[in-house]
Amino acid sequence: MESAAIQISNLNFQYAENSGVIFKDFNLNIAVGERFGLLGPNGAGKTTLMNLMTGVLQSKSGNIQLLGKEISEDKEVKKLFGFVPQFHSFYQELSPAENLEFFGAWAGLNRTEIKERTKELLTVLGLSNVADKPVSKFSGGMKNRVNLAIGVIHRPKILFLDEPTTGVDVQTRHAIVDYLKELNKAGTTLIYTSHHLTEAESLCTKVALIDEGKIIAQNDLQTLLQEHKQDGLEGLFLNLTGRSYRDS
Amino acid sequence: MYKLYTAILKELRIMLRDKAALAVMFLMPVLLVVVITSIQNSSLKMINDNTVPMLVCNRDGGESSLQFIDALKKIGMFDLQKIDSALTDKQLTDSMHAHDALIAVVVPQGFTSALKSKSQNITGKALTEFGMSVKLEQDSSALVKETPPVAMFYNPVLQESFRLSVNGALKSAQQFTENRAVLQALYLAMSDKKLPDSLEQQILNNKSVINQIPTAKDGSRKIPNATQHNVPAWTIFAMFFIVVSLSTNVVKEKISGSFIRLKTLPTSFILNLAAKQITYIVVTLAQVLVIFSLGIFLFPHIALPKLVLPENLGSLFLVSIACGWCAVSYGILIGVYAKSMEQAIGFGAVSVVILAAIGGIVVPSFAMPESLHLLMKISPLHWCMEAYNTLFLEGGYMTNVLYSLLPILLIITAMQFAAIAGLKKQRLI
Repeated sequence: MESAAIQISNLNFQYAENSGVIFKDFNLNIAVGERFGLLGPNGAGKTTLMNLMTGVLQSKSGNIQLLGKEISEDKEVKKLFGFVPQFHSFYQELSPAENLEFFGAWAGLNRTEIKERTKELLTVLGLSNVADKPVSKFSGGMKNRVNLAIGVIHRPKILFLDEPTTGVDVQTRHAIVDYLKELNKAGTTLIYTSHHLTEAESLCTKVALIDEGKIIAQNDLQTLLQEHKQDGLEGLFLNLTGRSYRDS
Repeated sequence: MYKLYTAILKELRIMLRDKAALAVMFLMPVLLVVVITSIQNSSLKMINDNTVPMLVCNRDGGESSLQFIDALKKIGMFDLQKIDSALTDKQLTDSMHAHDALIAVVVPQGFTSALKSKSQNITGKALTEFGMSVKLEQDSSALVKETPPVAMFYNPVLQESFRLSVNGALKSAQQFTENRAVLQALYLAMSDKKLPDSLEQQILNNKSVINQIPTAKDGSRKIPNATQHNVPAWTIFAMFFIVVSLSTNVVKEKISGSFIRLKTLPTSFILNLAAKQITYIVVTLAQVLVIFSLGIFLFPHIALPKLVLPENLGSLFLVSIACGWCAVSYGILIGVYAKSMEQAIGFGAVSVVILAAIGGIVVPSFAMPESLHLLMKISPLHWCMEAYNTLFLEGGYMTNVLYSLLPILLIITAMQFAAIAGLKKQRLI
């Protein structure tokens, strides 16, 4: 039996007592080694789910396990995963190397490991020639690559990616997707959200469509397309979530 | 330790690359302390050391008016400039502006005759009391003329306290002139001779001196001056003004999502707060070093009194750390609750100015109205100022400083708890 990278059981969550329920008795299993796409319209609960899986938010009840360990303040659990947030969540005044030095140390790496990983990541992501320049002067695509490098510096076993290619050009998007596939081949489980359905089609081996805090479809991509008689993910998406606006 | 080191390094790099913030933290207080100390020092000097320009319009011209002017001169407070006695009040006012004089004195017509009449009258009454019958120049029972009042014109910008001291000086000169006239009349009546100058000087010249001694807790007798108040005062202001840089730093981390990212890493967020506090406390100590050094080394070269450090340097260091920590805690608190950088900068800067005003930084607390005394105690800057005053002006020791340090530590604790509560409420830790 395939072991679970993520196991969510009976999850219940709402932001405040008087606000609406986001997840009610929510369950989800993601196997080790998958490239898993969490897709859904605006306000479906994708980012909230990602924040719950990474411990940024705490659930009211239910259980979330990463590789068999409950998500908590436990440092060992936090070492298992990496997080690439939707926004450029790092220090714009610092260079990529300085950002990696800081976040690497906070991820638990020592000085030597940080040095090696920084060199490796900046080369792979095409940032070597700007390693010591302040990130504030970078283009959106370069910033996204810095964001990604920070998330993977400690070689996490699970990588959460919240819209990692938002606002970047086609070249950068392809470079990021190719790099993520390489990471997955090396054993990293990817949990990915995006509105770029063609990108999701090319990256994900399995997808779950979420709407209003519920999974409305979940399987490997080809099976889903066959089940719903669709040629592509976009048709499947519209077929299952409808065409009306989702202004949250 | 390596995590703390990288966090401090991160804070230092961010701070050192923000040139505008550095200018606000170091250049602005340096300018403030030099400019304000110079202004206060010159106004104090004007009152204490220098002579104040005073125009004198003698509309009487008689002997007593000349003696009155001479007495004024001997007081040593004024640089007297005689002006045309025929000037009208309007012309006199214009003349004050033209001569850049803050005060003008008009000796009215009839001043001498009235004074003479008054002295004759007093002499006559005195001699009659003694049972002596002497012939006076003027009949003592004759109607005594009231001495017409000397008029003092002053520029409205003149502070009330200074105006009162000028008024006192004028009264003293007038008293001296009257005493002299009475003495001369008495002597003449009793001996038919004019009072000898030497005797007159001996009797009238009051050589008694009043020693003014500032009392300090350490028994020393340092005289407080503009430097001793302003250097610590504006150093505290500078320390608290780091709120602008620190709070925007915190807001930036919130908005960018860095706080959220840190939350997913296997390191306690408290370490990030500790790194910020250590870095910015070091900055406040650097401010102390820079501003105090200016007071010690630069001020004597620009005609300002040199800053005299308290003898108890250990206490000075502890007080500086406590004040710096208090300022840093305030900066973090503002950063945690501000929703945008504009909010942090605006509220931070304005609140520090208000807290400085009510805390006795701009105006010493003893000179503030009674109604503000309670309000003053809620300002952390007030307690910082009190602690520095205990060391700089009163020569106090650690035990004396504790009275101010305890409220500072309480305020720090309250602000730290409020900041952590705010971060928790915003789900950032």
